[in-house]
Amino acid sequence: MSPKVPKQQLDARQFRSVSRRELLKLTPVLALGAFAIPKLQKGLLKKGLGFNDGAAERLFRRGHLAQTFDQSELTPFEKFPINDYDIDDPGVIFENWSLTVGGAVAKAGEYKLEQIKQLPITRQNTRHVCIEGWDVIGRFGGARLSDFLALIGADTTARFVTVECADDYYESLDMATALHPQTLLCYEMYEQPLTREHGAPLRLQIPTKVGYKQAKYLTDLKVTHVLDRVGYWEDQGYSWFYGM
Amino acid sequence: MSAVIEIVQPNASAADGEQAPPSVVARAVYEHPFIVRLCHWVNTVALFVMIGSGLQIFRAFPSFGAKIPQKDLLHWPKAFAIGGWLGGALQWHLTFMWIYMATGLLYVAYQIFSGNYRQVLFTHRDLPGVWPMVKHYFFFGEKPPAREAYNPLQKQAYTTAIILGFLSVVTGLVVWKPVQFSWLGWLMGGFHYARIWHFAVMWAILLFVFGHLVMVILHGWNNFVSMLTGWKKDPEY
Repeated sequence: MSPKVPKQQLDARQFRSVSRRELLKLTPVLALGAFAIPKLQKGLLKKGLGFNDGAAERLFRRGHLAQTFDQSELTPFEKFPINDYDIDDPGVIFENWSLTVGGAVAKAGEYKLEQIKQLPITRQNTRHVCIEGWDVIGRFGGARLSDFLALIGADTTARFVTVECADDYYESLDMATALHPQTLLCYEMYEQPLTREHGAPLRLQIPTKVGYKQAKYLTDLKVTHVLDRVGYWEDQGYSWFYGM
Repeated sequence: MSAVIEIVQPNASAADGEQAPPSVVARAVYEHPFIVRLCHWVNTVALFVMIGSGLQIFRAFPSFGAKIPQKDLLHWPKAFAIGGWLGGALQWHLTFMWIYMATGLLYVAYQIFSGNYRQVLFTHRDLPGVWPMVKHYFFFGEKPPAREAYNPLQKQAYTTAIILGFLSVVTGLVVWKPVQFSWLGWLMGGFHYARIWHFAVMWAILLFVFGHLVMVILHGWNNFVSMLTGWKKDPEY
C-alpha cells in the first residue's frame, strides 16, 4: 500500500524526489496516447474490434433462444422500417430466380424457392435491432437455415456461411449462428409473401444478429472454411460478429 | 494504513556547535495508492472516450421512441463526439469498454483486498455527518471538523460514482448483447429500455464528473497533485 519512504522526516528536496518517483509510476497511462496517433489509431481500433468480436463469439450460446413476442406486441407492418445500403428493389425477376449454392456442400447447384418452401416452416415474432439503435418486433416466416444446410449436404464443420445478394450486398455468418434454430431463410413477413423492399424473394432473418447481418434479395449461398470477403458494412468498419 | 511524513527544513547550527532539530514546515499523507491512481487516470481516458463515442452512436438514432415516425430527442453536435460516424464511434466504444471495465474491476478488487475501501465507502456510520456537510457546502454552515481523508458527502459521491460505473456496464451489456443477457434485460424492461437507462446513467456520470471537477478546483492544487503522486501535502485533517 504505502510506498517505502527513507524516513519519516524528509526535507523539501527529498520529498520532491519521492513524489517524482510516484508520479513516474503512472507513465503506463501514456500508452493510451497511442490511440491518438493517426498512424496507429486505425490498427489499434481494428484490434479492439477483433477482440470484441472474439468475446462476442464466445458469449454466443447455441441453444439459447431470442425472446419471442405476442401478436399484440408486433410493430405494425407499415411501421417496419425498410433499410438498404443502396436500393429498395434490385428488380429480381421472380420466375427466373434461384439460389446458387456452392462451397463445402454435397449438393451444389440451383435451388428454386419451391424447394426451400418444402422444408418445414418456422414462424416467429422476434425483435429486429438496427445498429443505429432502433428496434422493432416483426413476424417472420421461413425455413430454418439449418434444415437447408442439411438439404444441401453442407459440411457443418466449415466455419462460415456466406451469401451474396441481387443488390451486390454480401455477408458472412459464423457456423454456430447459421445452425441456430431461429436463423431463417425468410420468405414471409406477417404471414404474407416477402415484399420486394423487405428482400423478396428470400432473405436472412436472424434474431441473434444485428440488422445488417440479415441480408436481403439472396442470390448465392456458400459454405466455406475461408472468407474471401467479410461483408459490405464490415468492410466499411462495422463489427463482423455483431451478435445480439 | 496511510503513511505520514513530515517535511522539514534543517536549522542552522547553533553557536555552541550543537545541531538544532529541524523545524517541521509541512506534513504529507500518502492518500492514494498506486493502483488507485493508475485506475483513476486510465478510467478517466476511457470514460472520456466512452461518452464521446457514445454520443456519436446516439447521433445515428437520436430518439428513444419508434423509428416510424421518428421523433428526435436532441441533436448532439458532432464537434463534441468521437469517431466521426457510427462505425467509427462503435470501434472506439467497443474497444474502450474493455479498458473501462478492466480498470473498474481492478479498482474495486484492489479496494476490497487492500482494505483501502474503508477510506472511501459510504456506510451507515457516515449518515449523521451528511447534513452538517450539506449545510457547510450549500448553506454557508460552519465547516465540520475533518477527521479522515474524505468527509461523508465525499464518500457518498465516490460510492455513488462506483455504483453508476457498475450500472453503465450492466445497461451497456444489455444494449450490446440483448439476447445473451436477456435475464439482465428483463430487469430493465428489455433492449429498448436498456438503451434509455444506458443514456440516463451517462448523464448521471457527467453530473458526478462536473461536481468532482468543481470540488477539485475548490480544494486546490495539493489535492489534485495527490492523485498524481499519492502524497497529499498539508492535509486538512
